[in-house]
Amino acid sequence: MAQSTQEILEGLAEIVNEETGIDTGSVELDKSFTDDLDIDSLSMMTIVVNAEEKFNVRIPDDEVKNLKTVRDAVDFIAAAQG
Amino acid sequence: MSSSDIRVVVTGLGATTPVGGTVPETWEAILAGRSGARTMDFDWVAKYELPVTFAAQIHTPPDQVLAKVETRRLDPSSQYALIAAREAWADAGAPELDPERLAVAVGSGIGGVWTLLSQWDTLREKGPRRVYPLSVPMLMPNGPSAAISLELGARAGAHTPVSACASGAEGMGYAVQMIRSGRADVVVAGGTEAAIHPMPIAGFAAMQALSTRNDDPAAASRPYDKDRDGFVLGEGAAIIVLESEAHARARGAKIYAELAGVGMSADAYHITAPEPEGAGASRAMLEAVSTAGGTLRDVVHINAHATSTPVGDVAETNAIRRAFGDLADSIPVSATKSMTGHLLGAAGALEAIFTILALHHRLAPASINLDTMDPQISLDVVHGSHRQLPAGDLLALDNSFGFGGHNVALAFRTV
Repeated sequence: MAQSTQEILEGLAEIVNEETGIDTGSVELDKSFTDDLDIDSLSMMTIVVNAEEKFNVRIPDDEVKNLKTVRDAVDFIAAAQG
Repeated sequence: MSSSDIRVVVTGLGATTPVGGTVPETWEAILAGRSGARTMDFDWVAKYELPVTFAAQIHTPPDQVLAKVETRRLDPSSQYALIAAREAWADAGAPELDPERLAVAVGSGIGGVWTLLSQWDTLREKGPRRVYPLSVPMLMPNGPSAAISLELGARAGAHTPVSACASGAEGMGYAVQMIRSGRADVVVAGGTEAAIHPMPIAGFAAMQALSTRNDDPAAASRPYDKDRDGFVLGEGAAIIVLESEAHARARGAKIYAELAGVGMSADAYHITAPEPEGAGASRAMLEAVSTAGGTLRDVVHINAHATSTPVGDVAETNAIRRAFGDLADSIPVSATKSMTGHLLGAAGALEAIFTILALHHRLAPASINLDTMDPQISLDVVHGSHRQLPAGDLLALDNSFGFGGHNVALAFRTV
């Protein structure tokens, strides 16, 4: 079942916090994963895989490079949930 | 200044062990004679029907000390090492120095066995995509020294001696060589181990190395007792800050002791059994004393390897006799594994800390569980009550031996 943007954002923030220790409140839609949140590619892969499980979606590896901001990820997950 | 003129001193201590979360807690437990061994409450003990149901587990779980992201990204062996290194570094006064003069030498016997095997489980159950991207740097045995190097910004080198249960002592020996050869002024050195996992337990049990005294874990580690039946698996880390004396004096550091001599040898006899006459181990002890510039008569205390295995304790006795002859009649020997269990790659480092503190406080700690001395043991084993060490300039030895025939002896001197 599709979740709201806010629900996905909160879930994603929890995953980011779990992997990197970044405060959930800092995970905002307009933040860039690399430039603002300083998340490296290894952590990003873990976040993606954990997001797949949490949101029951599939995020192909070649799609990950397009997920530059938190909003990109939230939108992708929302669309994938259909 | 020639390399032999450079004296190496101990300026900081850190440990997380089965009997305490810090060095002061651990030493207090040792002086109180407390065992860290207890029945394991993991569900895998019954699931795999392990023949040994107890171990000396870490006293203070790392998630009580570290940030969540640290426990997630580091194997337990690196977590313990980081905790111990932080304590040692703070205890040394967090010296400020050129990062290219600061090094790390922290060994491990087994490395990231928890990560290796849990990620193997993940691969089989969930597929390759779920294998944690940091699993390789987490499982590599140099993970702990790398984590400390990153933490402290140590750029003179980060090294990982691997010599089974001699690894921690070898780390300290390597540190002495680094300082004496001019490669570093300060080295954070020691050992770490986190192998309380069903596979290593099953492996050690299969070779009949472990005590099976399941009904009385606290009495299971009993070095030199005639009823000993094997070692008790422990875990944790012990790390010290070693420093050239000139560097330590210049910054007014507190100095616990000098790490004055190092002896190393290999048995080339058997992959696991100690050479029964103790030739290799005695050579390591003699080399430690001679490189310390001392004589056998200067040695007033030995913290023995003494794992509580039937064969090993006798072989070490023979080695001490071979090295010291009749002098061994009156050298107080402590067997602290009776309380801590056997921390494998961290054991020699933890016992180095006990040796340092024994000299610092001039007190050899009593071993526990020595109820009836094995008649094959002809040593002055401290038990019942602690032994006061004399005044004056003293040497004490820390012995460590590892599967593979590795022998390391460290000679510490009072300051």
